Amino acid sequence: MCFKEFFALKGVEGSPWVGFQHFETFFRSFYFSELIVNTVIFSTARLVLGLPLAIILALAIHESRLLKFRSLVQTVTYLPHFLSWVIMYGLLLALFSPSSGMVNEALKSMGGQPISFLTSPDWFRQVVVGSDIWKETGWSTILYLAALLGINPELYEAAEVDGASRWRRIWHISLPGIVPVIVLITLLRLGNILDGGFSQIWVLYSVPVYSVGDIIDTWVYRAGVLDFQFSLATAVGLFKGVIGLILILVANSVAKRVAQQSLF
Amino acid sequence: MFRSSHRDEWGFQLIVNGFLLLVLLIIVIPLWRVIMTSLTPLDVYMRGGTPMFQWPWEWSFAAYEQMLTHPIFPRATLNSIIITLTGTALSLFLTVPLAYALSARTLPGRRIIISLILFVFLFSVGLIPVYLLVAKTLGWTNNILAVIVPPAVGATNTLVMMRFFEGIPEEIKESARMDGANDLQVLWQIVLPLSKPILLTIGLFYAVHYWNEFFTPILYLNDQNLQPLPVLLRNILIGQNFSEYVDYDVSRAASIESLKSSAVLLTMLPMVLVYPWIQRYFTKGTLLGGVKE
Repeated sequence: MCFKEFFALKGVEGSPWVGFQHFETFFRSFYFSELIVNTVIFSTARLVLGLPLAIILALAIHESRLLKFRSLVQTVTYLPHFLSWVIMYGLLLALFSPSSGMVNEALKSMGGQPISFLTSPDWFRQVVVGSDIWKETGWSTILYLAALLGINPELYEAAEVDGASRWRRIWHISLPGIVPVIVLITLLRLGNILDGGFSQIWVLYSVPVYSVGDIIDTWVYRAGVLDFQFSLATAVGLFKGVIGLILILVANSVAKRVAQQSLF
Repeated sequence: MFRSSHRDEWGFQLIVNGFLLLVLLIIVIPLWRVIMTSLTPLDVYMRGGTPMFQWPWEWSFAAYEQMLTHPIFPRATLNSIIITLTGTALSLFLTVPLAYALSARTLPGRRIIISLILFVFLFSVGLIPVYLLVAKTLGWTNNILAVIVPPAVGATNTLVMMRFFEGIPEEIKESARMDGANDLQVLWQIVLPLSKPILLTIGLFYAVHYWNEFFTPILYLNDQNLQPLPVLLRNILIGQNFSEYVDYDVSRAASIESLKSSAVLLTMLPMVLVYPWIQRYFTKGTLLGGVKE
């Protein structure tokens, strides 16, 4: 259908073929580079900032001896994963709304000017990446914790006998033990680099921040559903799908070779 | 020597647990803020916004009262419950037999079917073809089937459940077959009772998805009487035509901020209540299930 000029009355079957015309329109358009850049910035920032935090949190949970406190931390940090982005929007308004948000009240009480974080192009990306890390870091520790539990306890005992400090045991035993999981997750996230987080952006963005916040999927939604450019929007969606498929297949075969693990 | 290593351990635990406490506060503070805002009476709010702490407690449930007495809120809650219950039931009804059949290594064409499921998982055709299929070809506009049916079988969930079923020893199933049980009886009487953790975990994942979904209802359901809670919450938060969604009445002693906060909390309440009970089943097996070593 993306190779056709879609007319609603004629249906897909009756619409004429136009070859790669819609793909060319997209590649030549001024928004092409903007969409790709925004999408890649969001997915890369989530990976580069979120992954180390998840690893550190998993190590801290694993090392804590206060068992009750530890499971409280797990329960509370997993919870945001189960909240929808609409609820997250409500929480973000409570923090960042210019009139009544907690952060802006603090800014005002220190004599500063309130900042409309959600509609300011200077702040929108930070809010998106930060809120995603707040929501998902706890949940993503699960895989690391499983890998840490799988490390042979004799290794730790031997290191203790040799007088290795706690920090050295983390560095030389715990971290190497979870490297395969880290490699696997990094590669799979790189394979999904064209996913900018549709439902999050869709809830949070607004016209003033399109230039820094619009990603491929939100553009496809507006072009297709709101502007009825069905063929062009389908072409862009298919472009993303094909590139994404190639990236994830490459990532999977690299994971197989480097970490002896794969998703499929 | 012994004393110093003991002190090392003490300092180490202080740093580790101090870090965990910091993380805990970062997660809890925004939630606490919303709880406080929802309970702050109008006169207190007018004097100085939402207090972080207050003593003596001056709480007001006016916001919750206003929210719950407007007819649209119970309506949206009922819609959400219908979508979540039927959606989760349908998902498990379809996913369990599919995963069970695929877990049998003797199934003809097993590898091809698994590859097809993986392909669907890895390759997304994008929003528009799905939208045209559901809204135009099937004509499911203003029909909750549009929200329930398309996500009913999740590729990841199916594969994770399949790996779990594969882990159940063949001998148990074999001995039941020797006693004359057919495949469905084996599934119902032998496999499912052993699969409580995976059923609860995957069931929770599906239920969370249906409860939280706001985009497909906005896409397919224009009729306000069909809209689930998250859509109502979004309309309330955006604040356009606020009075359409809430009987806002200053004399009833709640600020708009309190109303918004109470709507946020009421929408997340079911997840907060259900999830800790199922959390203990999120074991290594259920989540690593999808990863092949």
